[in-house]
Amino acid sequence: MPNKNPNAQTHYVAALEETPVETVDRLDESQKARSTWADAWDAMRVRPTFWVSSALILLIVIVALFPSLFAQVSPRDCDLGDSHSGAEDGHPLGFTRQGCDIYARIIFGTQASVTVGLLATILVTFTGIIVGALAGYYGGVLDAIVSRIGDIFFAVPTVLGAIVLMSVLPERTPVTIALVLSLFAWPQIARIMRGAVLSARNSDYVTASVALGVSKFRILLRHVVPNSIAPVIVIATVSLGTFIVAEATLSFLGIGLPPAIMSWGNDIDAAKSSLRTNPQVLLYPAAALSVTVLAFLMLGDVVRDALDPEARARR
Amino acid sequence: MIWYTGKRLLQMIPVFFGATLLIYFMVFSLPGDPIAALYGDRPPAPGVIEQIRAQYNLDKPFIVQYLIYIGNFFQGDLGTTYSGRPVGDVMAQAFPITARLALLALAIEAFFGILVGLVAGLRKGKLFDTSALVVSLLLISVPTFVIGFVLQYVFAVKLGWARTTVSSEAPFSELLLPALVLASVSFAYIVRLTRASVSDNLNADFVRTATAKGLSRRRVVGVHVLRNSLVPVVTFLGVDLGSLMVGAIVTEGIFNINGVGGTIYKAIKLGEGPTVVSFIAVMVVIFVLANLLVDLLYAALDPRIRYAK
Amino acid sequence: MSQTVIEPVSEPVNDGSGLAKEPLLQIRDLEVGFQTQRGLVPAVRGVSLTLYAGQTLAIVGESGSGKTTTAQAIIKLLAGTGTITAGQILFEGRDLAGLSEKQMQDVRGRLIGYVPQDPMSNLNPVWNIGFQVEEAIRANNVAQGKAARQRTIQVLQEAGLSDAQDRLKQFPHQFSGGMRQRVLIGIGLSARPKLLIADEPTSALDVTVQRQILDHLGTLTRDYGTSVLFITHDLGLAAERAEQLVVMYKGKVVESGPSQEILANPQHPYTQRLVAAAPSLASRRIQSAKNDDASGADIYSGGSLDTTLVARAAEREPAAEARDLIKVQNISKMYRIRTKGLKYNELLAVNDVSFAIKKGTTTALVGESGSGKSTVAKLILQLESITSGQIEFDGQDVAGLKGTALLKFRRRVQPVFQDPYGSLDPQYNVGNTIAEPLLAHKIGSSAERQARVRELLDQVSLPWATRYRYPSELSGGQRQRIAVARALALKPDVLVLDEAVSALDVLVQGQILNLLTELQTELDLTYLFITHDLAVVRLVADNVCVMQKGKIVESASTDEVFDSPREAYTRELLAAIPGANFEFGR
Repeated sequence: MPNKNPNAQTHYVAALEETPVETVDRLDESQKARSTWADAWDAMRVRPTFWVSSALILLIVIVALFPSLFAQVSPRDCDLGDSHSGAEDGHPLGFTRQGCDIYARIIFGTQASVTVGLLATILVTFTGIIVGALAGYYGGVLDAIVSRIGDIFFAVPTVLGAIVLMSVLPERTPVTIALVLSLFAWPQIARIMRGAVLSARNSDYVTASVALGVSKFRILLRHVVPNSIAPVIVIATVSLGTFIVAEATLSFLGIGLPPAIMSWGNDIDAAKSSLRTNPQVLLYPAAALSVTVLAFLMLGDVVRDALDPEARARR
Repeated sequence: MIWYTGKRLLQMIPVFFGATLLIYFMVFSLPGDPIAALYGDRPPAPGVIEQIRAQYNLDKPFIVQYLIYIGNFFQGDLGTTYSGRPVGDVMAQAFPITARLALLALAIEAFFGILVGLVAGLRKGKLFDTSALVVSLLLISVPTFVIGFVLQYVFAVKLGWARTTVSSEAPFSELLLPALVLASVSFAYIVRLTRASVSDNLNADFVRTATAKGLSRRRVVGVHVLRNSLVPVVTFLGVDLGSLMVGAIVTEGIFNINGVGGTIYKAIKLGEGPTVVSFIAVMVVIFVLANLLVDLLYAALDPRIRYAK
Repeated sequence: MSQTVIEPVSEPVNDGSGLAKEPLLQIRDLEVGFQTQRGLVPAVRGVSLTLYAGQTLAIVGESGSGKTTTAQAIIKLLAGTGTITAGQILFEGRDLAGLSEKQMQDVRGRLIGYVPQDPMSNLNPVWNIGFQVEEAIRANNVAQGKAARQRTIQVLQEAGLSDAQDRLKQFPHQFSGGMRQRVLIGIGLSARPKLLIADEPTSALDVTVQRQILDHLGTLTRDYGTSVLFITHDLGLAAERAEQLVVMYKGKVVESGPSQEILANPQHPYTQRLVAAAPSLASRRIQSAKNDDASGADIYSGGSLDTTLVARAAEREPAAEARDLIKVQNISKMYRIRTKGLKYNELLAVNDVSFAIKKGTTTALVGESGSGKSTVAKLILQLESITSGQIEFDGQDVAGLKGTALLKFRRRVQPVFQDPYGSLDPQYNVGNTIAEPLLAHKIGSSAERQARVRELLDQVSLPWATRYRYPSELSGGQRQRIAVARALALKPDVLVLDEAVSALDVLVQGQILNLLTELQTELDLTYLFITHDLAVVRLVADNVCVMQKGKIVESASTDEVFDSPREAYTRELLAAIPGANFEFGR
C-alpha cells in the first residue's frame, strides 16, 4: 500500500466471524414486557429489608386490629401491689408503677399510635396529591392562592401548630390528633406533588397528547398524575413514622391523648418519673414505638430506591 | 441579588400575617369557650376569666381582636403570663439561653452530620457507610424525648459526667448534653442528605472533568464534590429549624432549662394558653425569617439562582 | 483474536529520517467491563490501536459501541463500576493501566488533556470560569501565583474567548454552549499535553459553531504539535478531521486505517453500512447517484440510504401541480420574557414567516438552535397561538380554532417530536399509546381499535407482541417508530416531524428515514420536516426553507438550495455539514 505519511497505519479489517453484524434495531422478542411499577416491584422483591419491614408492618397492623389475640392479661387490670415488679410468669415485661402489665399495655397501645399514623398519612397524601396536582397543572390564580395558603401552613412547623391547636381542643382522640397533624403537614406533600406535576406537564408526552387531541383533564388523570406520584409515595411512607413520633411527643407534653386512652406516648410520659429506678418501664414502650417507626422508614428507603429511575438504571 | 432579596421579603409579609392569624384564630375563635379550654381541667381563679376576656378583647369582633393583638405584638407587648409577668420579659430572659442551645445543637449537627455524611458518601457500600445509615435510621425512629431521657440517665445519673438539670445561667458547658439530644434527629437527616448528595455529585460530569484536569483527589472532593453537596444541606437547615424548636420544647423540659422551650413546656403543663400562643407566634416569625435567610444563603451558594432571579 | 487477520498493532514505522518512531499511544487488547448485579458486562472487548505523535485519530461508532469507554479507560476515569480487565495502554512506552491513582494524577492534564462531551454538565455550576481554568493551570504546575492568572487569561484567549479578562468572574450558566466548549478545550490544552482526548466535543452544538470550534481545535493542536484522539459518531466528521480512523462496533474494532482509504473502500460489512447510511456522505454522492432499483422494503436490511433515498433524491422532480395544503402567511410569534424585576423583554421568536406546502410533498425547515423553527411547528400544530399572520390548512384559517373544529384539525395534522425518550408516556404500554388518539377521538369499537393498532405496528415493522411493551424497554429508534405509528393512527394528511431523527444513531436514522419515505408514497402524506441537519434535508425534502433568527432567509427547492445557494448564511450552513470538505478517493 503506497503511503505518503510515514506514520500511517495499515488498513486493518476484523475477521467477520469475530464481529458478526446484527440487524439494525430489531425488537428482542424474547424479553418479557415490564411496566415501571412491575420493575419497581422486582427491585423491591430482592431486598431483604423490604420483607423484614413489610412483615413487621403487617404484624403491627394485626396487633392494632386484634390486640386481645396477643395479650391474655387485661392492661387495665392493675394492682398497686405489683408496682414496678419485675418479669414473672405470664407477665414477660413486668409491671408499671401503677402495677399494670407492661406487655399488655404495649399491645393495647398499638391501636392509638397506628390509627394516628395511618389516618394522618392518608389524609395528608390525598389532600396533597389533589391540591398539588390541580395547582401545578392548571397554574394561574388557583396555583397562586393554593401556594400562598400552603406557605402559611408551611410556616408553622407541624408539631408546633399541633401544640397550639391541641391545647385548645375540647376533645382529644386519635382521630382529632390525626386531623390536627394533617392540617399542618399537607403543604409538604402538596409542594412535592406540584413540583412533580409541573415537570410532567412540560414533558414531551403531554405535548404529544395535546396535539393528538386528548382532553386536558384526561391528560392530567392518565398521564400527569401517574407520572408524578412516585416521590409522594416515598414521602408518605416515611411520614407515617414521623406522625407516630409526633403523637407520642404530644402525649409526652400532656396535650396528646388523654391518659384514659392507652398509647405508647402516654406510657412513656407516665414512666419518666420512675426512670431512675426502673428504666425498663420507659424503654419497652419506647422500643415498641421505635421499631414501628423504623419499619416504615426502612420501607420508605426501599420504595425510594425502587422508584428512583437512576437507581434502576444502575442495576 | 437585591431584587431577589426584596422579592423574598415581600413574599414573607402575607405569610407572616397569615401564620399569626392562623394561630390566633385557633386559640381564640374556635367553637366552645376558649378560656375554659385553655385551662383544661384546672378551673382558673375567680375573675381571671373576665380579666383575660378583656385583655384579649374577646368582646370585640374577631378581626379587630387580631389587629389589636398584632399591633401590640409589633410594639413589643406580648401580653402577660398567668402570674402577671409580661410575656416579653420572660422571653427576653429565656431567648438567649435557647439561642445558645440551638446554636450549639446546630453546630454539632452540621459539623458531625456533614463529616459523617461525606465519609459515608465517599465510601458507599463499605462498612462505615452501612453503619452510618443504620445509626441514622435508629436516631430518626427513636423520639427525641426518649433519647433525652436515656442520655440524661446514662451520662448524668449513672456516670455523673453531666448535671441532670441545667442551672439558670445555662453556660455552654452545661448545655452540651441537651444540645446533643436536640441535635440527634437532625444529625441523622444531615448524614443521609449529605451522603446522597455526595454520592450523586461523585458521578457528576464536572467531577470527572475536574479529575481529568489533573487535580488531586483531595482537591476534587473538597472543592468540587463537597462544595456542591452543601447546597441541599443548607436548605435543609432552614426547614430543620422547625424541628429544632419542637425539640427545644421537649429537651428544655427534660433538662429543666429556662429557655423558650422550657417556658412553653411549663406553660403547657400549667395550661397557660396565652403564653403558649405568644411564644409560638414568635417562634413562627423566627422560622419564617430563618427560611428567608437560608434562601438567601442558598442563592449565595448556587450562582444559577443568584442570577436567574 | 484470529491469526488470519492483519495485526492491528503496527510496528514502529520509519519516518523520513530513517529513525524508528515510537508511537505516542498504543492500546493493546484492551478489555473493559462494568460490574452489574448480573455480573461483569464487557463494554470493550480486545481493542487495539496506535497513535503517533502529531497525528489525529478518530474512533467512530454508534452509541454502545464502546468508543467513549475506550477513551475514558486511557485516563482511567471510567464511569461507575467500570474496570480495565485486561490489556495494555502504552503511553510513551509506559503502561497506564498499571499506574496508581497518584501516578495517574501526574499524567492527567499534564500529559493527556481531556475535552468532554457535554459542555452543559462538565463545568462546575458553582465556581466561576476563571477559577476552574486557573485550578487546572496550578495543578499541573504550568504557572503559580499571579502568573497563573495571566496564563488563565491567555489560555481562554487562545481558546477563542476574546473578552476573557472580563469574563473570568462569570459562571458557566452565563456562557453559551459553544463558549463553554471553548473553555473546556482551553482547560484540556492548558498544560500543553502531548495527547488530547476529545470525546464528541461538539455534538451538542450547532453545525456552524461546531465547525468553528473544530477548526480552532485543529489549528491549536497543529501549532502545539498535540496528538488528538477524537471520539465521534459522525463518520463524515471523523473522516474530515482525522487522518486515521478506528471503527468500533459492539466493543470491538471492526476496521481501522487511513481515513481516505476506509471511506473510499470500506471492507467490513458494518463499515460499509455506516458509510452508506451517513447522510453527510450520502448527500455528496447524490450528484453521482445512479438510478438503482428502489425496491427492498425490508427496513432491517441495514438502513442503507444508497439504494432508496439517494436514488429517490436524485430522481426527484419538481413537484407536480398539486394544491397548497398548508399555507403560512406572514406569521409572527412574540414572547415576553421577564427580566429583572417588573421589566419585560420582547423576543420575536418567529418574524414574518411565510411558506406553503403542497400536498404529498416534504418541506424542510432548517435552522440552528434559536432560529425559531420549532416555534413554527408549535404554531402550525396549534400548540401555541400566533401573534400575527395567518395559517391556512386545506383552504381554512386555523388560527384560534376551538372545540370540535380544533379536534377535527388535530385529526388531520399530527406531530412526531424529537426526543423519542420524552414523547412517550413511560407508564403507558405501546398498545395503549398507539390507541390513545383513537380513544380521544372516540373512533371505533375496542376490537376495531385493536385491529388498527395491529395494522399500524405492522406499518412501522414492529411485531404485534410489541403492544405489551413499555417505552423503557425499547430502543430510541423503536420508540420513534411507535411515535410515528401513533401519529398515523388517525390517518392524518400531514405529519409535522420536529427533529424526529436527530437523536438517533446513523443506521437507525437511515431506517426511520426510509420508513417515512415509504409511508409518504403509500399514504400520500405531506411532511413538514424540521431539522438542523442539512445533510438529512437533501435526502428527504422537496423544498427547503432556511431559518435564521426567526426569519426565513432562503426558500427554494432542495436542488436549488444545494446547487446554487443564494444567501451567505445558507452557504455557511452547507459548508458546515461534516464531511462536506472531504475528498472521496473514488
